[in-house]
Amino acid sequence: MATDLTPKSESSPETAEVAIDVKNLRVKYGEREILHGINFEIKAGETLVILGGSGSGKSTLLRTLVGLELPSSGELWIRGQNFGALSEEKRDEIRKKVGMSFQGGALFGSLSVGDNVALPLREHTRLDESTIEIVVRLKLDQVGLSGFENYMPAQLSGGMKKRAAIARALAMDPEILFFDEPSAGLDPIIAAGLDELILKLKKAFRMTIVVVTHELASAYLIADRMILLDKGVIVANGTVAELRASQQPRVRQFLDRVPEPEISEELDYLQMLTGETPPLRR
Amino acid sequence: MPLTASIGEATINGLAYIGGLARLTGGAASAVFIEPLRGRQFRFSRAVHQAMAIGVEALPIVSLISFFVGTILALQGAYELRTLGALQLVASAVAISMTRELGPLMTAIVIIGRSGSSFAAEIGTMKVNEEIDALETMALEPVNFLVAPKFLAMILMAPLLTTWADFMGVLGGALFGVSNAGFTLGTYFTATLKALVLRDIVTGLIKSVMFGIVITAVGCQEGFLTGLGSEQVGRSTTSAVVKSIFLVVIVDLIFTAIFYFTAPR
Repeated sequence: MATDLTPKSESSPETAEVAIDVKNLRVKYGEREILHGINFEIKAGETLVILGGSGSGKSTLLRTLVGLELPSSGELWIRGQNFGALSEEKRDEIRKKVGMSFQGGALFGSLSVGDNVALPLREHTRLDESTIEIVVRLKLDQVGLSGFENYMPAQLSGGMKKRAAIARALAMDPEILFFDEPSAGLDPIIAAGLDELILKLKKAFRMTIVVVTHELASAYLIADRMILLDKGVIVANGTVAELRASQQPRVRQFLDRVPEPEISEELDYLQMLTGETPPLRR
Repeated sequence: MPLTASIGEATINGLAYIGGLARLTGGAASAVFIEPLRGRQFRFSRAVHQAMAIGVEALPIVSLISFFVGTILALQGAYELRTLGALQLVASAVAISMTRELGPLMTAIVIIGRSGSSFAAEIGTMKVNEEIDALETMALEPVNFLVAPKFLAMILMAPLLTTWADFMGVLGGALFGVSNAGFTLGTYFTATLKALVLRDIVTGLIKSVMFGIVITAVGCQEGFLTGLGSEQVGRSTTSAVVKSIFLVVIVDLIFTAIFYFTAPR
């Protein structure tokens, strides 16, 4: 299979140390800049949780990290390569080594669970069908969905869809795994089950894991380090302990769940969310 | 906004839309014809599945519609022809009208209603569910994966369906011809074949391929442009059907004019 079994010390120093390096990243949607100069790095084997409220830009950051958005300036280095400077083919090579689990699962509704997990294998490898079947069973087993190969996504519950999506993301044995709001819409018990799964993946495969979430309980449990995004900038970057001890007002407000003061003016609300001065102020 | 600016903006948006369609078609055509030469395999199984949906499943309705259109053509033609005492020309009238114009056009309308809308709905729903994003993160280019099979299936099925429609149209005309114009089935078909020139049939088939390309491009384009939320999928589907009908008629005009002006004297 595609698992890389070389011990970490034999790979080149850069890739053994830093999985993702973000330098001065700026991302725009049209005219609006969402991320204003983001800088951080993720070490190989580390689990990073990106926290942030609505409008903080964390979804944009995640989309940029997986290559769905292109930065307007700045650099994104993945596995020691500058993603923005690569040809489309080289980018595809990196995409095959990265797995992403979307917020709603994003399973292909017309394919069964088994076919969903098998899809990247069928498209990117020359494995024969019987081997693919074995891999699919393995991956579904790893996420606790043994025997669900022939179910259609519409027949699964929310938690099961997420697990199936994780199985699909794991199909090509990725080195880096991204999660977009894994606990969103799940009850606490199911969400805890997913946290367990992430921890299991972390321990078993030593993957680099990046999770975007606003569920603090999950974050504390799974994170090695956390980043807090606010209005498109990083306001905190450190271990769980460091952030919990931080006295910065925005960090405390987020971690202590202090609500914003009531805002009734639309323009004020927009400004609070995005940090920008709206163009039309009386 | 002043009127001139509105017109200008609408024109630019329209041209940008056509440009988007051209890019999509180019990408699909490249995936089907050029990429396999570079070693990137094209999955025919997906195209076969699409061909079943576009072509085979449309046969019953295309048959019925074309048959009735043929009868209608015969009735309308006979209405004038009998005053000229030329009722026996009804066979050639039906044959030429069907093969040159109504076969391709009516078939295109059916394909728009069945396949154009379904492409938009399918891709639009995928967009709303982030499935298109998922494809991209798995290094599966959405145009290659989703559009190219539809494109190949369409350029094969559209002319085949049109040919069948032409035949059913002639049969529909024969219904009138045999019952009211003094033909037998045999003499009707002889008269039909005598009237038809290869050019009639070929121009019709070329048009049908062009219609098929437009329908695929518009359906898929509307799907990809779907906004977020399930009501947007309904909007995209409607938009795909309306824009397809409009563009098919424009393409019809263009090609009919081309065929007219390039006709041998």
